[in-house]
Amino acid sequence: MKLIKRISVICSVITFCHINTVSANINVFTCEPEWQALAQELGGDKVTTFSATTGMQDPHQVQARPSLITKMRNADLLICSGADLEVGWLPVLLRRASNSKISVNKPGYFFAANHVKLLGAPKIIDRSQGDVHAAGNPHVQTNPKNIALIAKALVKRMKTIDPNNAAYYQNKTDNFLARWKQAMRKWKKQVRALKGSRFIVQHASWDYLMDFGKFEQVATIEEKPGIPPTSGHLADLVNQFKNNPADIIIHAGYQDERASKWLSKRSGIPTVTLPFTIGGNDKATDLFSLYNDTFAILTNTLKSKG
Amino acid sequence: MKLNKNTLLLTSFLVALASTPVVASEQKKESSLNKLKYELQQLKQEYKNKIAELEARLNDAEDSNDETLETVEQLSIDVSQQGNQKAANTFNPGIGVILNGRYVNYNDHFDYNLPGFFLGDEVGPGDQGLQIGESELNMSANVDDKFFASSTIAFGDGEVSVEEAFLQTINLGNGFKIKAGKFFSDIGYLANKHTHTDDFANRPLPYEAFLGGQFGDTGVQTTWLAPTELYWESGVELYRGDSFPAAGAGNSGLGVWTAFSHIGGDIGNSQSWRAGLSYLHAEVNDRENDLGNTFTGTSKLSIADFIYKWSPNGNRANQELKIQGEYLSRNEQGIFSDINLANASLDRNQDGWYLEGVYRFARQWRVGLRTSKLSSDNLPTQFNGSFLDGLNHSPKQHSLMLDWSNSEFSRIRLQVDNNNLNGEQNNVWILQYIAAFGAHGAHSF
Repeated sequence: MKLIKRISVICSVITFCHINTVSANINVFTCEPEWQALAQELGGDKVTTFSATTGMQDPHQVQARPSLITKMRNADLLICSGADLEVGWLPVLLRRASNSKISVNKPGYFFAANHVKLLGAPKIIDRSQGDVHAAGNPHVQTNPKNIALIAKALVKRMKTIDPNNAAYYQNKTDNFLARWKQAMRKWKKQVRALKGSRFIVQHASWDYLMDFGKFEQVATIEEKPGIPPTSGHLADLVNQFKNNPADIIIHAGYQDERASKWLSKRSGIPTVTLPFTIGGNDKATDLFSLYNDTFAILTNTLKSKG
Repeated sequence: MKLNKNTLLLTSFLVALASTPVVASEQKKESSLNKLKYELQQLKQEYKNKIAELEARLNDAEDSNDETLETVEQLSIDVSQQGNQKAANTFNPGIGVILNGRYVNYNDHFDYNLPGFFLGDEVGPGDQGLQIGESELNMSANVDDKFFASSTIAFGDGEVSVEEAFLQTINLGNGFKIKAGKFFSDIGYLANKHTHTDDFANRPLPYEAFLGGQFGDTGVQTTWLAPTELYWESGVELYRGDSFPAAGAGNSGLGVWTAFSHIGGDIGNSQSWRAGLSYLHAEVNDRENDLGNTFTGTSKLSIADFIYKWSPNGNRANQELKIQGEYLSRNEQGIFSDINLANASLDRNQDGWYLEGVYRFARQWRVGLRTSKLSSDNLPTQFNGSFLDGLNHSPKQHSLMLDWSNSEFSRIRLQVDNNNLNGEQNNVWILQYIAAFGAHGAHSF
C-alpha cells in the first residue's frame, strides 16, 4: 500500500497520469455500449461506466489494448454479452488486469447472455461453418424484451456489490422497468403491423429481433459468420430473390455496407442500416432511442414498400 | 272601431292559432335533437370508456402474459444455464493448435550471417524449399481460483521443444501478478509474442542478432499494473540463464535478470499506442557457436519500443494501420576465444533497430513494409580478421509482405526480404501459411 501511495504521489506530480479517484460507488466496465447504458439506467449517479467498444466497432474484433487493461484493473463490475462474443479478447484482458473483484463467478462478473434464452445454437460446431458461437447467438440486445430480463438480474448484482445503496438501485430499476413496459407496448404495436416480413441480414446478428417481431430471416449475406460474402453467394441471392423478393436487407452501423448495397441494387430490395446498439447511428443515444429508431426505420421502410 | 278591434282580435287569434303549432313543433324538434345528440354523446363516452377499459385489460393481459412467459423463460434459462456450463467444460482446458508451413527460396550462394555478431542457434531463413516451420500445441486453463496455467509445445520436423510452460496468478489484487515456469520475457514488444502472430514471416535483424529471435527461459516474473488512468505496467524477471544471449546458467542458476516498464493508452476512439523501456542483464558462461567460438562475460541489452495503431472509429475489421518500432542496444564484456585468439578481453557495443508499417486495406488483405539495421562500434585491432570482425559491414534488411486471411483462423503470406548483410544484395522469398484450430486465439495488442 505504501508503494502504491508513493507512486500515486509521483503520478500526481506527473500531470498526465492522474490516479483514478473513483467518486462513484460502483466502477463498471462494460464490453458493449448497450450494457453501459443499462448500468447507467439502473445505477444513476452511484456508478461510473465505461464501454470497451462503441456502436461503430465490431465487438468480435477488439484487441486487449492497454487502455482496456487499465480500465478493467480498476473495475468493480464487469458486464459483457458473453456467449463467446468476446472470447478473443476478454479472457486475455481478465488475466492481464488480474482484478479479483471481477474474476469468474464473483458478483462482479456478469454476462448478459446467461440471463436470457439463447437462440441459434449451432447443431454442428465446426469452423467450416464460420466463426460459430457454440452456446448460441450472443447478440441478445436486438430484442428489447431481453433488456428487461437482464435488468432484473443485473440489479441483484449491483445490490450485492454496493449493499448500502440497494434501495436506490431497486428504485431506479423499478422506475426503468415501468418506463420500459410503456415503451414495449408501443414497440409491440409497431412490429405487429410488420409481422411476417422477410429479412435478408448481413451477419447472423439479428436472431433476437426476428424472434421479437415474428419476422422471417430468409438469407444472410455473410454465408458463414466471420467470413466475408463471396461474389458467387451474392449472385445466388440475386437469383433466389428474383421472383419472390424479400422485404428488406438490414445491416449494423459498424458493418461494411457495400455487399448489402450491391444486392439491393441488383434485386430492388430496400436496404437499411440499423443502429444495432447505442451509438450505431446518431439517433440511438440511449436504450429507448435505440429501439425507437430501430422500429421507426423498419416501419418506414416496410410500410412505404406497401 | 269595434269591428276593427274584433277583426284585430280575430286576426291575432287566427295568427296565434296558426303560429302556435309551428313554434311548438319547432321547439319539440330541437329538444329531441339535443336529446339525440346527448344520448349519442353519452353512448360515445360509454364506448370510449369501454374501449379504454378493454385496452387496459388487453395491456394487463399482455403484461401478465409476458410476465408468465418471462417467469417460464427465467426457469428454462436457469435450467439451460446448467447445460451451458457443461458445454463450456468441454473447452476446459482450451486446446489450440497452430500450423505454420512455408516455402523458402533464395540464391544458392546466399549464406545468412551477420558479420561481427555472435548468433544463437535458430536464426535465418532456414533451408530452401518446403518446410514444416514451427507448429505449436497450446493448452491452457484456470487451474483453480488462484492460478492460470499454460503450456505450449513447439514441433518442427523431427524436433519437439517446450516453448512455454508456466503458472500465473489470476487475482492477487492491487494489480500484482506472479508468473513462474518457462515463458517468453515481457521485455520490448516482440519478445513475448509467439511468431505466428507476427506481421512478417521472420523476426527483424536486431531480434535475430541480440535475442536469437526471442527470449524465453525458465524463470519467475512479477508485474504490477498501476491504478492510473493511463496504462502503466512494470515488472522484473529472474531467469535461469540457459537461453541465448545467456549461457551456462551463471550465477548459480540465476543468470539473467530483466526489468521493464510500459505505458499506453488511446487517443480518441480511433488510435491507440504503447511505449516502453526494458533492460536485460545476462551472465554468459561459455557461450559457444557451431564454429567453436566461445564467449564468457556479461551481456547487457537495453530496448526502447513503441507501437501505434489507427483504424476508422476504432473498427479494425476493414481498415487498420499499424506502425511499430524498436531500438536495441547491447554491450558485451568478457573473454572471447576463437581459432586464432585465446582468451582475448572484449568490451563491445552494438545496436540495431527496426521500423515497420502494416496496413489492412480490405477485410482480408494486409500489406506491410519493414526495415531493419544493425551496427557495431570499432573493434580493437587485435580482433582484426577474427569472427567478431564485421569488416565495416552494417547488415540491412528491407522486407515487403502481403497477406490474405480467409477468416480469423487462417492466413497465407508472401514475403520478400532484400538483404544486404555483408555487402552483397540477396533476395529471400517466403510463402507461408498459418492456420489455427481449436480454442479461440487471443487478440493481443
